[in-house]
Amino acid sequence: MTARWEHYEHGADIGVRGYGETLAAAFEQAALAMTAVIADPAGIDPREAVDIECEAPDPELLLAEWLNAIVYEMAVRRMLFGRFEVSIDGPRLKARAFGEPTSVARHGPAVEVKGATYTSLRVTRTDDGGWLAQTVVDV
Amino acid sequence: MNAKDLIQRGPCEWELPMSGKMRVPGLIYGSRALVEAMDDKVFEQTANVATLPGIVKAAFAMPDAHWGYGFPIGGVAAFDPAQGGVVSAGGVGFDVSCGVRCLLTGLRREDVMAVQKPLADALFERIPAGVGSTGAIRLSAERMDAMLAGGAKWAVAQGWGSEADLDRIEEHGQMLHAKPGNVSDFAKRRQRDEMGTLGSGNHYLEVQEVAEIHDAAIADAYGLKAGEVVVMIHCGSRGLGHQIGTEFLKKMAIAAPGFGLTLPDRELACAPIESDLGQEYLGAMRAAINCALANRQILTHLVREVFAEILPAARMPLLYDVSHNTCKTETHRIDGKEKTLHVHRKGATRAFGPGHPELPEPLRKVGQPVLIGGSMGTGSWVLAGTTASESLAFSSACHGAGRAMSRNKAASQWRGRQVVDELAGRGILIRSPSQRGIAEEAPGAYKDVVEVVDAADEAGLARKVARMLPLVCVKG
Repeated sequence: MTARWEHYEHGADIGVRGYGETLAAAFEQAALAMTAVIADPAGIDPREAVDIECEAPDPELLLAEWLNAIVYEMAVRRMLFGRFEVSIDGPRLKARAFGEPTSVARHGPAVEVKGATYTSLRVTRTDDGGWLAQTVVDV
Repeated sequence: MNAKDLIQRGPCEWELPMSGKMRVPGLIYGSRALVEAMDDKVFEQTANVATLPGIVKAAFAMPDAHWGYGFPIGGVAAFDPAQGGVVSAGGVGFDVSCGVRCLLTGLRREDVMAVQKPLADALFERIPAGVGSTGAIRLSAERMDAMLAGGAKWAVAQGWGSEADLDRIEEHGQMLHAKPGNVSDFAKRRQRDEMGTLGSGNHYLEVQEVAEIHDAAIADAYGLKAGEVVVMIHCGSRGLGHQIGTEFLKKMAIAAPGFGLTLPDRELACAPIESDLGQEYLGAMRAAINCALANRQILTHLVREVFAEILPAARMPLLYDVSHNTCKTETHRIDGKEKTLHVHRKGATRAFGPGHPELPEPLRKVGQPVLIGGSMGTGSWVLAGTTASESLAFSSACHGAGRAMSRNKAASQWRGRQVVDELAGRGILIRSPSQRGIAEEAPGAYKDVVEVVDAADEAGLARKVARMLPLVCVKG
C-alpha cells in the first residue's frame, strides 16, 4: 500500500483520511490531510520540529487526540506543519511535526481547523493489509 | 431514515415519529423543499438526540438544519435535570457561543458608499482576521480569569464599549456561574493572543444596507430604517471555546459508560447535568460564552473606532447580540407547569417572544431580535421572536442559511478573485486575507437564506422584520 491522504465530503466541514502500511503511517497521512484543509502541505518548509505526545484508550480516540494536539500546536505556535513522523505504542503516540511559522502571503491559509470531531471517526485495517484513519474536522 | 419517514403536522412542521430507543419524537421545521433537501443525517441525528436521558418534549431541528456532529447543526433540545437530564459537549459544539451582533449606524447608504473603499480598507486593516491572526490585547492570568467571569461586562469596564451595550446582549453581557478555574491552561493559552480577533471560515464583519422592511412596527422599535446602514459581526469564542469543546468531548466520551449511558453516536458524548463532570463542563462552557461575548464587544469597539475616523456622524448603538452554540438554563412551561431546563441550541438562535422578562424594555413589547446571517452575496435578515416560539421549540429559531455545498466543491467551482470581482460589480467590496477562503464561502455555496427565513416565519418560530444587503464584507 502506498501512503496517501484524501479529503471526503461532509456538508459543512471536511473529512480527512489517511492510508498507510502501518497505523502510524496512516496517522501521518491523516495529519497531512488536515493540514491540506488549511494550506498546501507541499508549500510548507519543514525547517522546525515540534515534539508531540498524546494517549487515548483506543485507536479511534487516539486519532482524534493526535489531530487535536496538532490543532493546538498550530494555534499557539502560529505554525503550519508539512511533514510528520509518528510512532505508536499501544495507547501512546509520540511524534515530531516539521513545519514553519504561518505566512499569509506564502501559504495563503484558507480556514482554521477548530477541532477534530468524532463524526465518521474510523481507524481500521484495509483489505490489502494496511491501515485507514479518518474523521471529520470542524472548520 | 429519510424525509419519507416524516409526518407533516403543519405547512412547515414535520414529525419524526418515535422509534427504537427514542424517548420523544423529533420535530423538524421547514418547507417541504427545505426538508426534502436536508441530508438524511439530520433525521438520524435528531432521532439520536431524542434517545438521550431527560429530554423534554421533542428533539428539534430548525429550517437551516444540516449534518453536524452528534446534534445536527440547527438542533435544539431541552433536558430536565430532575429527570436525569444530560448536558452534551457535542450538543453545544466547538465554537462555543459563536454568534452575531448588529450595530445601528444612523447613516444613509449614500453616506457609506461615498467612502466605501477607504472604509473597507480601514476595517480590514484594523480587525484582525484569518488564520494565525492575533489581536493587540495580551491577557495576564488574572485578566484572563476576569474576562472569563465577566464577559462583555468585563470588556465594557476595560473601556471597550458602554453600559448601554450590555442591555442589548443576552444575559446582559455576562453569563453567570462561569467557572474560569474549570477552563484548562491549554484553552487559556490558545486564547492569550486571540482577544479581539474575527477568526476564519464563515466568520465575518459586514457593513449592510437595510434593503427591505417587512414589519414596520417592529423595525421601528429596533431602530431599523430602509436605506440606512448597519454593521453585523459574526464570530465566537475563538481558540478557548474550541479547546474546551475538544477536551470535554473526550472526557464525556470516556466517562459515558460509567454513567450508564449507551450512546448511539460517540459525538453525543454527554454527562448527567447533576454529575461532577456535567457541572464542570457547564462552568467551563459558561466561561467560554463570556469569552465570546467579550470578543464581540472588543471587535465592536474596533469597528466604532474606524467609523469615528471615517464617518464621524455615525452613532453606533447595539441593536442586539445573539449566541448560537450554547446550553442555557431557562424556565419553560411544560404541561402548564414551569420547569427549569437546560436548553441546548447548536447552530440555533434563542428567540424570546414579546413580554419576556429577559428582554430590555424597548424590545419587550415586540420580541427579541433574531439575527440571521446569510452569505456575502445574498444578504442577512433580522427577525423577531414570537410568543408561539415558546411552545414550538423552547423559543428558538434558525441561525443562518446553512451550507448547500462542501468547501472542497466550492473551492473547485469558484476562484476567490472571480467572486470578489463579481461582487464588486454589484457594489459589494470583499476584503479577506485568503482567496481560497473567499471561494469556499462563495454565495453559491449557501442555501437560499430567503427560503430559510420564510420557513421560520411560516412555522411561527420568528417573524420577518428586515432584510439586509452587504456593502462591505471583511471575511476571516
